[in-house]
Amino acid sequence: MTVRVENLKIAYRTLAGDVCPVDDVSFSVGDGEIMGLAGESGCGKSTLGTSLIRLETRMAVLGGKVELDGVELPIDDDRAMRRYRMKEISLVPQYAMSALNPTRKIRRLAADLLRCHGVGYGEIADELRRRLDLVGLDAGVLDRYPFELSGGMRQRVTLVLSTLLNPSLLIADEVTSALDVSTQRAVGELMMEFRDRRFVKSMIAITHDLSILAQIADSILVMYAGRLAEKAGSDTIVNSPLHPYTQLLLASLPAVGVRHDDTTLVGIPGRPPPLSNPPAGCRFADRCPFAYARCKEQPPFTEVRPGHQVACWKVAEEVQAA
Amino acid sequence: MSTLQIEQVSKLYRTSGLAGGVTRALREVSFDIDQGEVVTLIGESGSGKTTLGKIVLRLITASSGKVVFQGADIAGFGRAELREYYRYVQGIFQDPFSSYNPIYKADRVFEMLRDVYFPRVPQRAWEAKIDSALEAVTLNPGDVRNRYPHQLSGGQLQRLLIARALLLDVKLLIADEVISMLDASTRVDILNLLVSLKRAGLAILFITHDLSLGNYVSDRTVILRRGAIAEMGPTPAVFGNPQHSYTKALLDAVPQLHKKWHSPGAVRDVSAATRRPGRSVGPVALAPPALTECEPGHLVAVEE
Amino acid sequence: MSDSLIDAPAGSGAEQSAVAASLTPIGAGAAGLASPHVVRRGGEFVHYAVRNPKLLFGLALEALFVLGAIIGPIISPHNATDLFRSYLHPSAQHWLGTNNIGNDLFAQLVYGLRDSYLVGALGALCASAIGMALGFIAGYRGGWLDEVLQMVTNIMVMIPSLVLLIVIGAYLTTRGVLFEGVFIGLTTWPWVARAVRAQTFTLRSRDFVDLARLSGKRPAAIVVRDIAPNMASYLFLVVVLLFGSSMLLAASYDFLGLGPTNGISLGTMMNQAMLWSALQLHTWWWFVAPGVVLTGMVVALLIANVGLDEVFNPKLRSQ
Repeated sequence: MTVRVENLKIAYRTLAGDVCPVDDVSFSVGDGEIMGLAGESGCGKSTLGTSLIRLETRMAVLGGKVELDGVELPIDDDRAMRRYRMKEISLVPQYAMSALNPTRKIRRLAADLLRCHGVGYGEIADELRRRLDLVGLDAGVLDRYPFELSGGMRQRVTLVLSTLLNPSLLIADEVTSALDVSTQRAVGELMMEFRDRRFVKSMIAITHDLSILAQIADSILVMYAGRLAEKAGSDTIVNSPLHPYTQLLLASLPAVGVRHDDTTLVGIPGRPPPLSNPPAGCRFADRCPFAYARCKEQPPFTEVRPGHQVACWKVAEEVQAA
Repeated sequence: MSTLQIEQVSKLYRTSGLAGGVTRALREVSFDIDQGEVVTLIGESGSGKTTLGKIVLRLITASSGKVVFQGADIAGFGRAELREYYRYVQGIFQDPFSSYNPIYKADRVFEMLRDVYFPRVPQRAWEAKIDSALEAVTLNPGDVRNRYPHQLSGGQLQRLLIARALLLDVKLLIADEVISMLDASTRVDILNLLVSLKRAGLAILFITHDLSLGNYVSDRTVILRRGAIAEMGPTPAVFGNPQHSYTKALLDAVPQLHKKWHSPGAVRDVSAATRRPGRSVGPVALAPPALTECEPGHLVAVEE
Repeated sequence: MSDSLIDAPAGSGAEQSAVAASLTPIGAGAAGLASPHVVRRGGEFVHYAVRNPKLLFGLALEALFVLGAIIGPIISPHNATDLFRSYLHPSAQHWLGTNNIGNDLFAQLVYGLRDSYLVGALGALCASAIGMALGFIAGYRGGWLDEVLQMVTNIMVMIPSLVLLIVIGAYLTTRGVLFEGVFIGLTTWPWVARAVRAQTFTLRSRDFVDLARLSGKRPAAIVVRDIAPNMASYLFLVVVLLFGSSMLLAASYDFLGLGPTNGISLGTMMNQAMLWSALQLHTWWWFVAPGVVLTGMVVALLIANVGLDEVFNPKLRSQ
């Protein structure tokens, strides 16, 4: 199973013109792979992830395509995508904890969801109970309302419901962000477990937290201002990143054991460019300590080492010289 | 004498509806904060850390116990004394965009202080004060003056709030999750700013759920669990030599860049992973677990 | 102490000053880039307002009636109290005919419009003032004060205003427009208070209110300068709705004969029409005109209100 995205460009229509949070993005996710999609706020990662399953009404696909196992997905056609949702592609949205209808018991919610996709609740009830047990929830949860469950429990319920029909691809949008540290670990391990048991074939985990991705992801794709910056295996990204943005970002993360008195970390000065009026050329140039004349031209996202893609002129030059 | 003394502070909420009875948000919490010291209050959701911050800021009142600032019990302050208190104690909150009234310009936060605290300062001197406060937080006045909050970034907005506190004679700053909503690349700059202010003598109560942040900036750490102190002491001691099972569990669960949760090949027990130690359910007793000193200054609570 | 905090170099170390140095020129650029692409809220509101069909239609229709109220008495060839032949059909001399004693009905209508607007405005003003004051106090303070005010509100809601008006009417044999307006104000404030209280509760928990408290501001100042302006669109909608309902309520009271004992209004016209069996005598021109005008006035206002709600609330926009 593979997901292939080619030259995808998505625009958001505003009064002041088109804003492109996804600007010419290409990547692929293999079978059994958990790909982390990392970046800071406003880089377009959430738009990229959720557009694979449902495009919001104010968005439009300006170019490119998405293929699932060689079949092109009609992501700009809301009704046509219905047959793919939940069965081939599923989403755990941001703030999933608040995504559960507060006036419905969980059982009713599950039954409604399943009926929309032509599956009877009875057929799958046993499997549902097995999975709830797997994540540490007892079957009594089905008879409760969402407000009776804690945040972590709701997150787990959402995870189970989204993967109930064994979709090929699961898109998890900031699923660990609003959680406590211990629940974060539990949910992260759950995601890996689901992949191992083939409840989902592959996953795209969207988050700004690189340390979570270092734990659960096989590969990491770093986005900046709507464009791709770097993609490689997660160990490579964490231990030997090549793109200046990734390097600076990793250097600015406090870790347990690092104290200010011993090591003073440095952030990246400046702000990402506004997507409504992005600069020509490399978008990181005005904050990059290595920027030079060539950066006025947008560097291509190319493979500089096996399995390691970077969009940076400096890196490309250095690798070529080596 | 310590700048701030928190003595046996408890907060109970009467809950109506399904649960009935009371919720014990804080249970007889006590610790001190000295000048030039950063104390980190670490806790997960429901630990009561934000409640304690608001009690110190007198935005809510404690059910019992007292908070003593420079020898005076803040619960007894009338309106005039409270205003004086706010000259020395200020707070900064988590969501920079919620801290500003969206219909006014961002520097209104300075103007709000003027009538009460700087009534007779002439315009020129006032502008100069603001400019020097902005420079102290490494903000260029030209970038942030006369702008609306939505035109500035989260980092700039938080710095503006620090600058506002600096305009007064602030001695203690309550920083409640001040960087959790900022981008990773700008977080560390704010942390460095707080440390430099600490070196100049400011006391800071840094409230967070993120252990790595606490470890980076603080001198002392207080770990709060379900309203009571679980462990407390100098930061290297608490992080380097954790005694309480809850502290250990938290440290285990923190995702780190260079250390995996499990060694490769280990079997993952997923359902057990969701039942963390220290996550007992059930009603919480009013009396907090007693604290014992295991090392000088390092206190640990009895397991609950 | 304070001076040392500000004057102490914020960067204690080379790295901090390096950051500061690089921050300034880039920061200037970034902030400069930030402004142009942001559409200011005022401009956005006007843009949507002039494109909203409901708002435009409602305003246009209402404007027509307001125009009628202003210039009607000027262009009307007769006065409301002049006497002519009774029960004349609408004609070129009497555009809406005459009533049982021979008053020109068009003249009565345009004078009546004034009364209706006056009562509507007075009622809306009174109810808004009381309702908002109590709503803000209850919403901001909470606690026992809120409980007490809620009790008062509930009691007021339970009192049937019609019965109250009948009882008062028995004692006050001469009542004017002022009385009616104030009475409507005093009996319709409860739902304003409830709505304002609910909104105040949500706004009060926002951080900027806490920040205002930390700045030593008084509660009244916080409500007026921080909370109320954030509810401005909501308050505006409330006032508009109140205006419409006051007019309708006044017309109903007048129709039942509980209105002002002097003066003409749309409701009193319809009252007299009913008393003089206009329906049975087929003198349709007597009640149709005021009825249609009243309906039009109120409906125009309500449609404009719905349109205004769409303008203020982006989620309701169909586009």
